[in-house]
Amino acid sequence: MTTIADEAVAARDAALAAIAAADSPEQLGRVGAEVNGKRSALAQLNARLGALDPAERAAAGAAVGAARAAVTEALDARRAALRAEARRAQVEAERLDLTEWAELPGEGAALPDAGHFHLVTVTRDLLEDAFTALGFAIAEGPEAETDWYNFEALNMPPAHPARGMWDTLYLELGEPETVLLRTHTSPVQVRLMEQQRPPIYAVMPGRCYRRDTPDARHLPVFHQLEGLVVDEGITMGDLAGTIEAFTTAFFGPGMRSRLRPSYFPFTEPSAEFEVTCPICGGAGCRTCSGSGWLELGGCGMVDPNVFAAVGIDPERYSGFAFGFGIDRLAQVRTQLPDMRTLLDNDLRFLAAF
Amino acid sequence: MRAPLSWLRDYAPFPDDVDLLARTLSELGLVVDGVERVGEGLDGVVVARVAAIRPHPQADRIRLVDVDRGDGGGETLQVACGAWNFAEGDLVPFATVGAVLPGGMEIGRRKMRGEWSNGMLCSPSEVGLPPVPGVDGLLILEPGLAAPGTPFADALGIEPDVVFDLDVTANRPDALCVAGVARDLAAALQLPFTWPDVGAVAVDPALPAAAVRVDPAASSLCPRFTGTVLEGVRVGPSPAWIARRLTLAGMRPINNVVDVSNYVMLDVGQPNHAYDLATLGGGGIEVRRARADEQVVTLDGATRTLQPDDCVICDATSVPVGIAGVMGGADSEISDATTSVLLEAAWFAPMAVARTGTRLRLTSEARHRFERGVDPLVADRAVARFADLLAAAGNPGLRRGPTTDVRDEGELPAPPTVVLRTARVAALLGAPLTDDEVAGLLTRLGFGCRPHGDGVFAVEIPSWRPDSDREIDVVEEVARLHGYGRIPRTLPTAPRTAAGLTPHQQGRRRVRAALVGAGLSEAWTTTFLAPGDLERAGLPGGAVRVANPLDAAESLLRTSLLPGLLKAVRHNVDRQQPDVRLFEVGRVFDLPIGDATLPAETELLGVVCAGAGVDGRLAARLWGRLAAGLRLAAPPGEALVAAAAPGLHPGRSAHVVDPNGQPLGVLGEVDDEVARAYGVPGRLAWLQVDLARLLALPTAPWAAPAISRFPASDIDLAFLVPASVPAAAVAATIRSAAAGGPAPLESVRLFDAYRDPSLGEGRRSLAYRLRFRSDERTLTDAEIGAARTAVIAAVESACDAALRA
Repeated sequence: MTTIADEAVAARDAALAAIAAADSPEQLGRVGAEVNGKRSALAQLNARLGALDPAERAAAGAAVGAARAAVTEALDARRAALRAEARRAQVEAERLDLTEWAELPGEGAALPDAGHFHLVTVTRDLLEDAFTALGFAIAEGPEAETDWYNFEALNMPPAHPARGMWDTLYLELGEPETVLLRTHTSPVQVRLMEQQRPPIYAVMPGRCYRRDTPDARHLPVFHQLEGLVVDEGITMGDLAGTIEAFTTAFFGPGMRSRLRPSYFPFTEPSAEFEVTCPICGGAGCRTCSGSGWLELGGCGMVDPNVFAAVGIDPERYSGFAFGFGIDRLAQVRTQLPDMRTLLDNDLRFLAAF
Repeated sequence: MRAPLSWLRDYAPFPDDVDLLARTLSELGLVVDGVERVGEGLDGVVVARVAAIRPHPQADRIRLVDVDRGDGGGETLQVACGAWNFAEGDLVPFATVGAVLPGGMEIGRRKMRGEWSNGMLCSPSEVGLPPVPGVDGLLILEPGLAAPGTPFADALGIEPDVVFDLDVTANRPDALCVAGVARDLAAALQLPFTWPDVGAVAVDPALPAAAVRVDPAASSLCPRFTGTVLEGVRVGPSPAWIARRLTLAGMRPINNVVDVSNYVMLDVGQPNHAYDLATLGGGGIEVRRARADEQVVTLDGATRTLQPDDCVICDATSVPVGIAGVMGGADSEISDATTSVLLEAAWFAPMAVARTGTRLRLTSEARHRFERGVDPLVADRAVARFADLLAAAGNPGLRRGPTTDVRDEGELPAPPTVVLRTARVAALLGAPLTDDEVAGLLTRLGFGCRPHGDGVFAVEIPSWRPDSDREIDVVEEVARLHGYGRIPRTLPTAPRTAAGLTPHQQGRRRVRAALVGAGLSEAWTTTFLAPGDLERAGLPGGAVRVANPLDAAESLLRTSLLPGLLKAVRHNVDRQQPDVRLFEVGRVFDLPIGDATLPAETELLGVVCAGAGVDGRLAARLWGRLAAGLRLAAPPGEALVAAAAPGLHPGRSAHVVDPNGQPLGVLGEVDDEVARAYGVPGRLAWLQVDLARLLALPTAPWAAPAISRFPASDIDLAFLVPASVPAAAVAATIRSAAAGGPAPLESVRLFDAYRDPSLGEGRRSLAYRLRFRSDERTLTDAEIGAARTAVIAAVESACDAALRA
């Protein structure tokens, strides 16, 4: 005759087989009710325990309890397994090749095409940021100027031979050759010194004009950035140090600068400044003609005649100025073969920056 | 300025280290553009005679040449040659197999189209010589120069040399001669600078002094004129060493008189002119102002018309023979028959020479030097040097007469004495130089330094430095010779008052970022317009004109960004890139307002879009994005007022207005005719606003908003609205009707606009979603209902609208 314990084992085995056979959460739910519910074989065995005499009841009770625990455990395990499988199936069903979506336009959630800043304005922004970090303000001024601001106040009286350094576009306004398109951003320096007493620490980015035939390296319309510092006790050492600090800030560590004598009517002493060639890092390449240095712009100590023109006492204040081409800098850093590309606004070019 | 090392060594014992010399020159501000090594790589190049020329059987453009290279047996070598400027019998340089030419080319025996070529016949540049003007091909040597087989370098007397090609700045006329370059270089290298002896040909008092007269009215133009008669001249070729130096310096030898004239200018910096005394009317010189419209035929054969501001050199009968300081005349030119010379060495006023040269568009070596400033005292040395050199150039019997020196001391610049404070030097340079160091540097450059009190020098500026006449100029000299690289680098340490971007500059960056974020790319177009550009764009004319444009296409200043951006669209459309979305921030120019001198300059933002699905609506949507990006206080629709605008579709254009209704720009769809005129198919969206005024529009408060934790209640209302009522007005009515009511209106959004004939003539359906929310509690249905009723009533009465059932 079979004992309750034997029946518990048999019921357990039947339940475990049914659980293992369930292959969906719904089916498992039904199986669970059958094998573990109030009407299940094990529940009925449990109910019969009361009728046993105490000596048998303990052993039989333990056997039924163990069987029920095994069934409950198997149900939990099977439930977890089925859930994991369902999740896996869902994941597989929703799997995407995201590389497609990096390029497919116009599907899924709407996203506009990416826009791009212009190479020249990006370069200007970077320069402005480098100089503001060095404590400079950004000043701007008109692009159409008077002869006074562009030349005369800069120590170039009419017929001064140095005016030949700039081919000037004049406007048909007022007396002939009195109103012009500024040939450099230096007029902003004059305006700034007229409006503001020292200390002055400012850079002046902006568009300039020269009567030049466009070629691979020159455009008649171009952008320049100049800097001006006027304060008590400013030295040429401060000029050299500021150029060096800017060079490192803009081009990165390891980039150096150097000055060599030059001539500009509005500075004395005057210098040209060169930086480590950003293309070859100073090793020598075609861009720098093998010298390892790239001529970037001009600079110098503000000429006392310029101070006189704006009513600043050169015995009390001294200052320095520097300037270079933004487009030219962008051309060098991107190795742009032909500057004229800048004016085409070709989308393939714009999207590169 | 080309300075051969061998010539520089006339003045100081410069070392062989070419790199050191080049670096030192650059550090002095005499920037070395190039270093040419001459006379190297000529081993294996010999003089050869062209024995015969034969056609190449396989090629039209090259010929076969039998070359006699002087091997004694009369045997010739076959060479294939592509040059055509030579004939049988010519002497030419011949690079034999194995030679390595100055350019690095290695000569080998090779086959050209099936025929052997045993070497190469050379052009001037292939043997490191300057090109012969007007000649393309081989270097043809003088007949009988040397026997075939003579090493080429020996035949031409070429010695290895180095030429520094210097970029001399406009302030350094003293460095436009070999002596001046040598003076700077010697000072920097601490080598002694010495003038070579002159005066080998002594003044012969038996000769008459030159007859020279300077008209007093011209003495401000010509403050000094020296004339010297030289007799016993025989015109002929220059000795090889003079010809070689001139060639190295970039000038072509002509004859001994002209060559010596050029040599003296290059050597000591004094432009000078030798007149054939026999052809000078009256046997003398008169210097005077030109008469109005007076004509002179210059050396280059051109007839020049002069004015009284110009200074002319005339013969004693007042017939012009040259334009002072610019160019000599044709009539008194040196010829083979010349036996007597009147030598001019003068000092002309720089501004006068510049003015004359600029007006006549005449450039010359003389003008280049005079307008920058020649040493007013160097004429005496130049005259003596001229006589010595001409005597050495095949004129052993040369006689030199007394020099007539006409001066107006009042007009001739007197080199100034400048007071220099050494404390000022240190303060400006940031380099602690002592009195002794400062004086030492200046003395080496030829600046006289006398103590003039404690820490003060009286500095005598040398006559050859017209650029120096102030303390600051002397400070520059100290810095230059001390070395810019040796000045300690520092940063200004004073407190700064202002730094960073102004609000306008920050706003401009925000505008650009907002548009890039909306998928537009930034463009920049030229400021110039061509005639007709504005008219084609439907815009009014009246642009500022450029007085001297290089190209008519750049003769107007833009008054709008539209033409430039339309051209940019066209550029892309023409390149199979039809979907174009661009913006530009740039200045436009209008004619001066009132008494203003300068044009009215405005910084504008322009936006253009083209391509699939684009029409005027996109401009309005982009305005919405821009308004959101700038956090404008007013809803974007309220800033738009339907109005016609030049160049835009009349039914699809609006003004962008400020809260006072003042327009600050336009947006809409580009007129179809304008688009076609610019060659752009399809519809274009356009927006242009005044950037400063855009950035001045009121913005939402810069304050953290209260984020309500209570749920919102949304209701949708659709109205039938007449075409005359803008959607923005309906939204505004909804906002004001809900304001102050029991249910705060959080937002109102147009989510559908529907047009259909069934809706009735001139009416469309506008559907709005209203979101109500309180900061304090959940709103009740009754409160929402009351608000809804109030809104409907307000819209129906204010907007002539009807709620759609």
